[in-house]
Amino acid sequence: MTATVVRKRSALTKGQLPKFAPYIVLAVALVVGAAILALIGFNAFGWGIVSAILFAVGLVSWSGAVEGARKAKDKLATCLVVGAFLIALLPLISVIVTVLINGIPGLITPGFLGTSMNGVTGAFDNKAAEEGAPVLGGIYHALMGTIQITLLATVISVPVGLLTSIYLVEYGNDRPLARAITFFVDVMTGIPSIVAGLFAAAFFFAIVGPGTKTGAVAAVALSVLMIPVVVRSSEEMLKIVPNELREASYALGVRKWRTITKVVIPTAISGIASGVTLAIARVIGETAPILVTAGFATTINNNVFGGWMASLPTFIYTQILNPTSPSNPGPSDQRAWGAALVLIILVMLLNLGARLIARMFAPKTGR
Amino acid sequence: MSKRIDVKDLNVYYGNFLAVEDVNINIQAKSVTAFIGPSGCGKSTFLRTLNRMHEVLPGARVEGEVLLDGDNLYGPGVDPVTVRTQVGMVFQRPNPFPTMSIRDNVLAGVKLNNKKISKGAADALVEKSLVGANLWNEVKDRLDKPGSGLSGGQQQRLCIARAIAVEPQVILMDEPCSALDPISTLAVEDLINELKDQYTVVIVTHNMQQAARVSDKTAFFNIAGTGKPGKLIEFADTTSIFNNPSQKATEDYVSGRFG
Repeated sequence: MTATVVRKRSALTKGQLPKFAPYIVLAVALVVGAAILALIGFNAFGWGIVSAILFAVGLVSWSGAVEGARKAKDKLATCLVVGAFLIALLPLISVIVTVLINGIPGLITPGFLGTSMNGVTGAFDNKAAEEGAPVLGGIYHALMGTIQITLLATVISVPVGLLTSIYLVEYGNDRPLARAITFFVDVMTGIPSIVAGLFAAAFFFAIVGPGTKTGAVAAVALSVLMIPVVVRSSEEMLKIVPNELREASYALGVRKWRTITKVVIPTAISGIASGVTLAIARVIGETAPILVTAGFATTINNNVFGGWMASLPTFIYTQILNPTSPSNPGPSDQRAWGAALVLIILVMLLNLGARLIARMFAPKTGR
Repeated sequence: MSKRIDVKDLNVYYGNFLAVEDVNINIQAKSVTAFIGPSGCGKSTFLRTLNRMHEVLPGARVEGEVLLDGDNLYGPGVDPVTVRTQVGMVFQRPNPFPTMSIRDNVLAGVKLNNKKISKGAADALVEKSLVGANLWNEVKDRLDKPGSGLSGGQQQRLCIARAIAVEPQVILMDEPCSALDPISTLAVEDLINELKDQYTVVIVTHNMQQAARVSDKTAFFNIAGTGKPGKLIEFADTTSIFNNPSQKATEDYVSGRFG
């Protein structure tokens, strides 16, 4: 007599894939992918591509059969987004891994950071390659050169760029001059770096003399590349300072330039500082403009205003292209990879520094 | 320490657009005057012309005279910066400087102008201004904390303290309570009542009850239609504006028939 309770499915639900469905599909896709690749000749790259396509097709069609078209489209979009993310991430990881693997032997060689290439000849490299003697020579001169050239470029670009952006935001009012500046800054952003180098070389050729190659010339070339970046980022930062703060300051009887220096810039300083740091990170790896403006040196030169100067990118370039010992390029390769690792670490430190600066200067909100 | 304001035949333009037309008004010293009217009738625009803050907006200009105790604000050679040290302003949304502490916010008018002030005098000024803005008891233990950490009503009173720290003759308030909750509004209204002992206060408000509560005199502005200039319709004692207005439009507005 007891009525059997038929557990009816809620009218509000539809079929659902189990939570572990993606893992099943992934496993199947990997296995089938491996099988297909085994037929036509196995390689890891092809395996990844085929498995990814199989995974997307399998998951989407299974979901379409069980859950309906809307959920299937959702799964397809998820697959595309994740796939795009992986494709974007792969080269980055690959670069970091390659540079780490190749660069660490160079970096941990004693004296790599503390010595220059002065007096290091092919004979030493042959000895290192053939008899296992330690690789001599280092990047001290290039590191110093990079730091000095970049510092001088920053000292030139930041005042010019910041003042330009202040003019654009606070005084420009969309006047013809302001619009012209914006246009030319945009054009400058697109200048190929070698052209900036040629410009600086020709400029110093005209005012100092033929063949002037010093760190200062390189710094001018880098400034040409840096200024538009600094102008653009500072302009954006100054624009987002609320007008209310400017008005509050004017209403207290504060003059416009004091309002700018004491209210607007302090409010925007964290963004400006991180923009400047990113601009530095952008130019620190430039090779071509430095090669045509500062030349290349194997000795330590701490005078940016006289003599040729080495830098990390040009050091890498010459070590790879003209190994110290043409018959045994191994030690030169090792030094080049080590220098590349140092360059990447420098850029990473700059990015970290930008975040720290942004956090340090950010307006405080705590109680 | 307060001055009267007399406005004669004032027109305000944005570019070629006449925003406010032909205002004549006499604002008494040591009183609270409220400007009421529907949105877009030019009351805030007119308020800004009383300390030349409208010049911050591109294309804004005026014709006519605004006399501060007889001195024309728009006379030749008058420096708008001097005008603004005499006529302070409090804005609709509380806008303390986010990079400064509570103390530095109060001292902003002094410090931003690079005036030298001894620490003792600065402390005294901070206390006097914050007491004057009814905020001292709430913040005296955390003067070095950022001003943006206060509640909205406290921030607005901080902005009032900042405005009175430069010791102006007149304080203009542009809808000072419209972003505040009722309790904070009450605190600010109490403050306005106290401020009129020392300052000439002019307040723009959307809230007719607020105008009735705080002001001695009320000016009603209206606009004939979109694209037409705003006009001063009626200016009289607050009680007569609300109980016995002489103009039909005023009566319609205060009785809630439009606006």
